[in-house]
Amino acid sequence: MENLFNRYRNFTTLILVLFAQLVLLAYQVKNNKDVPFLRFWTVTAVTPIATVIEDVRSGVAGFFENYFTLRDVRGENKKMREELGRLKLENQFLKTELATADRARALAAFESQSQSKMLAARIIGTGTGANNKVVFIDRGSNSGVQKGMGVVTPDGIVGKVLAAYPTAAQVLLVTDPGFGAGVISQKNHVRGVVKGLGYGRCRVDYVENEQKVDMGEMFYTSGDDRVFPKGLPVGKVTAVHDGSTAKEIFVSPIALEDSPEEVLVILEGINKEIPAHQEPARQVYLGPDPASGAAEGAALSGPVQTTADKVMDRTKEIGEQQGHKFGVNPGGGKPIDFNIKLNPEAGKNGAPRQSVIGTPQAAPGDLLDGDVTDAPPSPAPPAAAPPKTPPQAPGTPPKTAAQAPAAAPPKAPASAPPKR
Amino acid sequence: MSYSSERELALDRESQSSRFKTWVFFIVPILAILFQVYVPLFFNFLGFLELPLLVTIYFALMRRSQIRGLFIGAVVGLAQDSLSKNPLGMFGICKTLVGYFAASLGLRIDVEQPFVRLLLTFLLFCFHQFLYWVMARALLAQTYPFDWREMAILAALNSVVGVFLFHFLDRLREER
Repeated sequence: MENLFNRYRNFTTLILVLFAQLVLLAYQVKNNKDVPFLRFWTVTAVTPIATVIEDVRSGVAGFFENYFTLRDVRGENKKMREELGRLKLENQFLKTELATADRARALAAFESQSQSKMLAARIIGTGTGANNKVVFIDRGSNSGVQKGMGVVTPDGIVGKVLAAYPTAAQVLLVTDPGFGAGVISQKNHVRGVVKGLGYGRCRVDYVENEQKVDMGEMFYTSGDDRVFPKGLPVGKVTAVHDGSTAKEIFVSPIALEDSPEEVLVILEGINKEIPAHQEPARQVYLGPDPASGAAEGAALSGPVQTTADKVMDRTKEIGEQQGHKFGVNPGGGKPIDFNIKLNPEAGKNGAPRQSVIGTPQAAPGDLLDGDVTDAPPSPAPPAAAPPKTPPQAPGTPPKTAAQAPAAAPPKAPASAPPKR
Repeated sequence: MSYSSERELALDRESQSSRFKTWVFFIVPILAILFQVYVPLFFNFLGFLELPLLVTIYFALMRRSQIRGLFIGAVVGLAQDSLSKNPLGMFGICKTLVGYFAASLGLRIDVEQPFVRLLLTFLLFCFHQFLYWVMARALLAQTYPFDWREMAILAALNSVVGVFLFHFLDRLREER
């Protein structure tokens, strides 16, 4: 027996180690329990080193950044160069400080605006494994962080605490396939559960095909999961289409777009209202300035004419040719003939157009085109159809003969509407 | 090959095994895990590197001892599991087997040649990824797709990095 064991010693050891790990795995999976002491040791051993490395990195990065900046400003004058270098060093330092202060101020502002009790933390490491979307933050159970607490930034939700250790905590990111949170859409108030996809985007499940979700619509936390308070931004819809059983909605988490370095842990969450949806302002077409074309030619000047304007102009010209004054002729006079053809030369040089009296040849549609005949104009004496004064409108002062042409001035060719 | 001749060959190879100072076995795996935890935060493109696996392969190959190889794999794997969200044992089992097989190969072939190291790292990386995927499906009911092409590319990249890493780690060996 001993000989047999010696012969297969390596293989036996392998089987024993594998079996032990399988038992460990089965215990965790079956009882849904973790083996905290092993994780505790590892995290406690690794995260302090990560924190130290992060501090050293910040210092070294600042030093080298300043060093390379200093190299760039070498000039001819040594004193000026040293002065410039000193100022640049100081400038870089202050910029770094300012950027850090800006981020801290944004976090503090968000924290003060929110009624929830929050704790600021810094991301110090990522989890291992290809599909694991987890990070470590530098606040742990010593600071009051507990498993299941939500982690956010002013932009939106980041994830939730998966495990809390004394000096650090492990945060499951919103993009992890194991992540889930209740959400509600801003515009249509559609409820669902956001889940990570493992590659930077999320999906909102349990939304029926009949419910309406628009592209670009924002999703907010609904507060149903008791992890995130209601009203925190989650992400914007990037794709939506009907699925076999439920709608397939893909969301881009906005909080992870800029790889946050500082986060807030929600110690006590308080719901707030989801901001009202505002339709984006529609684009209004602004046409070119009509006056801008005036210099190009007189024909293009003048107000924009509609079909009704053309009809009115033509009617006025016909009336002028027949000596008719609209609104002036007395009742019982000869009715105006609208079927005459206008003289093309009439109206030029300020003279009234001559009318061609005859059978109507123009179709109703031709009226709008402003057609003219090639026939020589036969002068129609204005006296042949003397204007008859129409019944005067009450309250209108009576017009004299001298006033009448002024009331209807001849149309100048320059002001003629352009043909369309 | 008879048992005795196989045993003799194994003993001969074991006598050629590389020796390292004790601290190397602690510091190098910890640095590899730290690298995987910390560096992708700032250089996202380096997330493809599986340094803990490369370190496991190196020590198993160079020590030429199956028991040492499987224990190195188990410890590194469990440490990696501790920093992931998965139950403990997933990476542990994979790396245990990788360590065992790497040590078995180290007993039979000359692993000092860069090309042999490249090829072995490529194969063992593929084996590790596939085994992890099978275990995740079978034991944890996680159904994420398995992309052969992506795995092959990652294996190739890790193999190239592995050759250079192994060359660097060779300098930590003790002189005989």
